[in-house]
Amino acid sequence: MPEIRNYTLNFGPQHPSAHGVLRLVLEMDGEIIERADPHIGLLHRGTEKLAEFKPYNQNIGYMDRLDYVSMMCNEHGYVRAIERLLGVEPPLRAHYIRTMFDEITRILNHLMWLGAHAIDIGAMSVFIYCFREREDLLDCYEAVSGARMHATYYRPGGVARDLPDRMPQYRGESKWHSAKEIAQRNAARQGSLLDFIQDFTERFPAHVDEYETLLTDNRIWKQRTVEIGVVSPERALQLGFTGPVLRGSGVEWDLRKKQPYAAYDRVDFDIPVGVNGDCYDRYLVRIEEMRQSNRIIRQCIDWLRANPGPVAIDDHKVSPPKRAAMKEDMEALIHHFKLFTEGYCPPPGEVYAAVEAPKGEFGCYIVSDGANKPYRLKVRAPGFPHLAALDEMARGHMLADVVAIIGTLDVVFGEIDR
Amino acid sequence: MTTDSLTRNARLDTLAAAIREQVADQDCELIDQLGELTLIVPAERLLDVARMLRDHADLRFEQLIDLCGVDYAAYGQSEWDTGDATFTGFGRGVDRDPDLTLDDPRRFAVVCQLLSLAHNWRLRLRVHAGGSQPMVDSLIPVWAAANWFEREAFDLFGILFRGHPDLRRILTDYGFIGHPFRKDFPLSGQVEMRYDPEQRRVVYQPVSIEPRVLVPRVIREDSRYAGREPNNHA
Repeated sequence: MPEIRNYTLNFGPQHPSAHGVLRLVLEMDGEIIERADPHIGLLHRGTEKLAEFKPYNQNIGYMDRLDYVSMMCNEHGYVRAIERLLGVEPPLRAHYIRTMFDEITRILNHLMWLGAHAIDIGAMSVFIYCFREREDLLDCYEAVSGARMHATYYRPGGVARDLPDRMPQYRGESKWHSAKEIAQRNAARQGSLLDFIQDFTERFPAHVDEYETLLTDNRIWKQRTVEIGVVSPERALQLGFTGPVLRGSGVEWDLRKKQPYAAYDRVDFDIPVGVNGDCYDRYLVRIEEMRQSNRIIRQCIDWLRANPGPVAIDDHKVSPPKRAAMKEDMEALIHHFKLFTEGYCPPPGEVYAAVEAPKGEFGCYIVSDGANKPYRLKVRAPGFPHLAALDEMARGHMLADVVAIIGTLDVVFGEIDR
Repeated sequence: MTTDSLTRNARLDTLAAAIREQVADQDCELIDQLGELTLIVPAERLLDVARMLRDHADLRFEQLIDLCGVDYAAYGQSEWDTGDATFTGFGRGVDRDPDLTLDDPRRFAVVCQLLSLAHNWRLRLRVHAGGSQPMVDSLIPVWAAANWFEREAFDLFGILFRGHPDLRRILTDYGFIGHPFRKDFPLSGQVEMRYDPEQRRVVYQPVSIEPRVLVPRVIREDSRYAGREPNNHA
């Protein structure tokens, strides 16, 4: 009679389904998970400590690198905390631009999540489709900020600059790309950025239908996700869940509706809510969120077209003066110099500001002692409590289901390890 | 928007009144600042107050959104005096010893952000954990989400949580020494790592980076922003 005993399996950190650098130590009884112990911190960079040594504005770039698939939402959380601390309010146009880019970011994030989650549990082609659409959205990031991912576009008091009137176009015929092909790619890029985004929003719902055709009624997809990783609403609250993971469990909670910020109280949208709290419901919630984001973007485009205006406040103690003004105006030059060499000193106090990031509640807790640098910055990453609950969610499931659960939690190690 | 912020302030007052009523005999302090409420709880009352905040029908803080440590040892200290003009300017890269208050019993604090979905309001809970041997009760029996947050606070600040079932390091490396987010821990760390071709393995050695200040930390009390209300929609 051979001795039967549990054994320990090391999963990751270099595993394609570990979504980055997650190391899981799994105690297994055969193929059943007895205990899952996630080891995190392999991407710990000490962002919060670094932030204590830099003026407020220089830390915006670090926020992009936290959750590196929903960049601008992180900036939004940080910038909003500073604005609360300073008591400044950006102009309405900046709010609309932020709302629009938050939703673009949400689609970006959900596409990344959908593609990666699908490829994790065996649906190959969705990944390729998702990245096709991501490309267009990353072009929007690039058009507005010059960077495809780490934009540093939101600033305290507004955004870095107004939306461009021209969309950058593809150039250069080569043996790989014919003139006809380039003209085809440039077809949607003849007008402004808003024209390009509008064209995207017209195409996008059909693309979501495409993903759904591949997955929603797919027998294998349902076998892999239905009744996997079920979390009850009460337990979800206890475990600190937020965002789509909480809504998948049937709790109707969305900061965009409940504690509106930016221009969310001026746009019309619905919150999808799940019923069973399993992986499949969380999938459905996120798919519907993409459709709703599309709706919000369209409303923002209409408003932004009709209402030109300033995109940052006029207070040069917080927001830099125009480049042209600096050439002629001594005071503008001094303001610029002081702002970029020293920054601004918010009054002492503490503030917590949260936004509904694609993964859940992203919050920044800032303690200020009146200096030009934060005394303490704590980033509340939505993925952190989600991953903490992995042990509880995975217990009793099969090894392959752990992959489905990790995928559905939408973990990104930039924000979890910070 | 104006009515919105008005109703929100009224709601904040309702919450403040409810908390004051419940914690009247608990030796707590309630701070209302920047449109947010902070409740300072003595360490020995933490669990009672937390349970009450979660279960009382007028409060209902079902969710622990965040828990973190704060080290107040260098609070209010600047590297450059802005009161008078200097003759020497500011020397960069100079090793300055900050005047840290390391044994102050109010040095370490644990800060929790609570959220009530039922009433849609937030509260910040602060408990001072002590100076040389910071320790508070674990909040896991009240909110299960506290587990990893407490591990993080232990790892980064060395704050111990009484009753925590699994208080291991979480973010730093295996075998890491020290608590990196303390104010007496340098930004560049204590050790650096390199591959040693002779021993044919990775070795640790003391850091060779000189500490350097790019932008000095200054505190200006020119009340540039005083008197402004947060979220005043123009």
